[in-house]
Amino acid sequence: MAAGVAAWLPFARAAAIGWMPVANCPMPLAPTEKNKRQDELIILNVSGRRFQTWRTTLERYPDTLLGSTEKEFFFNEDTKEYFFDRDPEVFRCILNFYRTGKLHYPRYECISAYDEELAFYGILPEIIGDCCYEEYKDRKRENAERLMDDNDSENNQEGSMPSLSFRQTMWRAFENPHTSTLALVFYYVTGFFIAVSVITNVVETVPCGTVPGNKELPCGERYAVAFFCLDTACVMIFTVEYLLRLFAAPSRYRFIRSVMSIIDVVAIMPYYIGLVMTNNEDVSGAFVTLRVFRVFRIFKFSRHSQGLRILGYTLKSCASELGFLLFSLTMAIIIFATVMFYAEKGSSASKFTSIPASFWYTIVTMTTLGYGDMVPKTIAGKIFGSICSLSGVLVIALPVPVIVSNFSRIYHQNQRADKRRAQKKARLARIRVAKTGSSNAYLHSKRNGLLNEALELTGSTEDEQHMAKGTSLIESQHHHLLHCLEKTTNHEFIDEQLFEQNCMESSMQNYPSSRSPSLSSHHGLTTSCCSRRNKKTTHLPNSSVPATRLRSMQELSTIHIQCSEQPSLTTSRSSLNMKSDDGLRPNCKTAQITTAIISIPTPPALTPEGENRPPPSSPGHSTNISTTTTSNIVKVSAL
Amino acid sequence: MLTLEWESEGLQTVGIVVIIFASLKLLHLLGLIDFSEDTVEDEMEMATVRHRPEALELLEAQSKFTKKELQILYRGFKNECPSGVVNEETFKEIYSQFFPQGDSTTYAHFLFNAFDTDHNGSVSFEDFVMGLSILLRGTVQEKLNWAFNLYDINKDGYITKEEMLDIMKAIYDMMGKCTYPVLKEDAPRQHVETFFQKMDKNKDGVVTIDEFIESCQKDENIMRSMQLFENVI
Repeated sequence: MAAGVAAWLPFARAAAIGWMPVANCPMPLAPTEKNKRQDELIILNVSGRRFQTWRTTLERYPDTLLGSTEKEFFFNEDTKEYFFDRDPEVFRCILNFYRTGKLHYPRYECISAYDEELAFYGILPEIIGDCCYEEYKDRKRENAERLMDDNDSENNQEGSMPSLSFRQTMWRAFENPHTSTLALVFYYVTGFFIAVSVITNVVETVPCGTVPGNKELPCGERYAVAFFCLDTACVMIFTVEYLLRLFAAPSRYRFIRSVMSIIDVVAIMPYYIGLVMTNNEDVSGAFVTLRVFRVFRIFKFSRHSQGLRILGYTLKSCASELGFLLFSLTMAIIIFATVMFYAEKGSSASKFTSIPASFWYTIVTMTTLGYGDMVPKTIAGKIFGSICSLSGVLVIALPVPVIVSNFSRIYHQNQRADKRRAQKKARLARIRVAKTGSSNAYLHSKRNGLLNEALELTGSTEDEQHMAKGTSLIESQHHHLLHCLEKTTNHEFIDEQLFEQNCMESSMQNYPSSRSPSLSSHHGLTTSCCSRRNKKTTHLPNSSVPATRLRSMQELSTIHIQCSEQPSLTTSRSSLNMKSDDGLRPNCKTAQITTAIISIPTPPALTPEGENRPPPSSPGHSTNISTTTTSNIVKVSAL
Repeated sequence: MLTLEWESEGLQTVGIVVIIFASLKLLHLLGLIDFSEDTVEDEMEMATVRHRPEALELLEAQSKFTKKELQILYRGFKNECPSGVVNEETFKEIYSQFFPQGDSTTYAHFLFNAFDTDHNGSVSFEDFVMGLSILLRGTVQEKLNWAFNLYDINKDGYITKEEMLDIMKAIYDMMGKCTYPVLKEDAPRQHVETFFQKMDKNKDGVVTIDEFIESCQKDENIMRSMQLFENVI
């Protein structure tokens, strides 16, 4: 619950009077303020700068340094103030957190200094408000990366590396050529062969020399054997490289799907297909087309060039912008082509034979190329042609710088959007956790509260102090409010998992007609899982028993409290040791309420340590306990 | 000859110009193109309401709180609403923080209407204090009156079954889904029936203020629970 809203709690409680006439059963007692002292100003002296605030403001967060008794360590008797030898600038933010409930991160602060201060005052950084959370995370990540870089360079200089398998070393060599000289050699050799292959492809088509018969032969046909040998050599190298990469890849499936490997495959495929296919006339046409794919070898250079990779990535991320540009261009082209066609329709021998034929004119004009193979002859055509070229300048020239800046903007924006989406999930999870935390806190302390009343009845006092430790006055008042709501509607709050189990159970089970046999038969199950933190279904049979009573919507005039094992609220691990029965039975003064929620996940702030212990496994002693417990049913009249 | 050509061309030109303008207008109508400048601000800035409450002495005289209590109340109030008034959205937000499991917006709406005595859409500190003064320091009669006012949604002096059903549904909504025992669909309706059986003395289907107060005074539980929140401040 946010701190500021705590101020509205009295109002919410007062408004609860609206439920009173509607409720059928009596309300629980309100918690009394045991030591109600007047709110006083306390002075916090942080390195000489004095801050003053109300004591209750600080007590809103009891699990921080300032909200707990830990600050007494810093109390200066002579000056009657709390002295902290820390940074006063950051303290301003921290004190504002107590006042407003939101923790802000000042941008001018160093991230590690801020983290240290937060750790000192016992505040989790996750509480940072949404307005500053992104900035904080960014700075933190930069810092972490910087530290990592420093560590990496240290490691590299040391040269000590853990022993990797042969496959892993190979993969590392492929990915980072700088790791070893062999990798570097391999890198340069493949680069050289890529260049050779590309140049070969280009030179193949150059006409070199004439052959008697006035025919200019391209070099490829003149020196067919030489080119074939070169091609073979390149393809062999590429094949070997591809197979080696395939072998060394940590995830072969992912490697096969990656872009680079597809380029590799496409680059070497034509050769093999050419080997396989005969020199058939029909097929050779298609084969020639396949040779075009050899040019894709040039893309293999992108492994060697970082810039190409970045360009490819940015193009991919700006695809939507480019698509929009293309769309608007297409619109303009179609409009102008149509206009030009109809304008030129009248003139004789016009080149604008159809609208698609006018597309070419429009594109050439709009991009200010102006080949001149198609020109308008009519006046209308010339008017619209000039409009076309003017608008072409605008349409093309304007978006290009915008796209260039869009590249960087969209690139960063995409990253920020992903970050925000990831943080949104985390944020929602935090909100959800806070919500479930507060409702779980209520369920937990409800049990504690009822336990408390039972304890007061049976007269044991030591557990009471443990109980009262965790809950502040505001929390107890809030829980009282929720309790009143439960009483008004005659239903109780439970957590989600129990609710689902209830639903399943109720659809499968009929309500037991008689109470006692079901009690004894299910007793063992209940008591065997006495650790109420376990969300096991074994609690369910027990809970269905009082369900019959509650479902009749009668007034809860009596609450049956049954003795069971010691609840795991005391921190002493010895009592949690379930080996001895004897240790249990004397402790069986405390009560477990069957009508209340039986297993609740405990909120982290309130649980002492020894909570989630494994349930006692032996069913043997549980039956022992059941015999003793059936005799200890205590009826308590409703409060 | 020339005039003929120019005529046909001229007609064509005119026709084409007309078509172009028509298509531009069509695009403008479709909202794809906007010719006018953006002079109209789409977002009207919410007039920041700055409300200053009446003097402390005056409030002290009007309500049953002491000065210190009023100070504490105002500090909390102003902390959460720096502008000095609470509108319904903020109210719902604040109230929903107390009931995380369910949906408290409907009940908060009714509560807001009950507090907003002058029905101006916002709760100022005076409304807040007057409401709390009745609830915390008023006589039982006044409290019951206030509760009746809460239930009577249209403020006509009668609580009908429909109004009560709305209120009941709103209360049950606050419980949320995960309750034990499982909330049935007709639980609010049954509750309303029980309520009317108890309150509606002459069985005319509505509860008047007198019937309400009379029935409540007869019920011990209700009387006792009215005193429950005495020490809230």
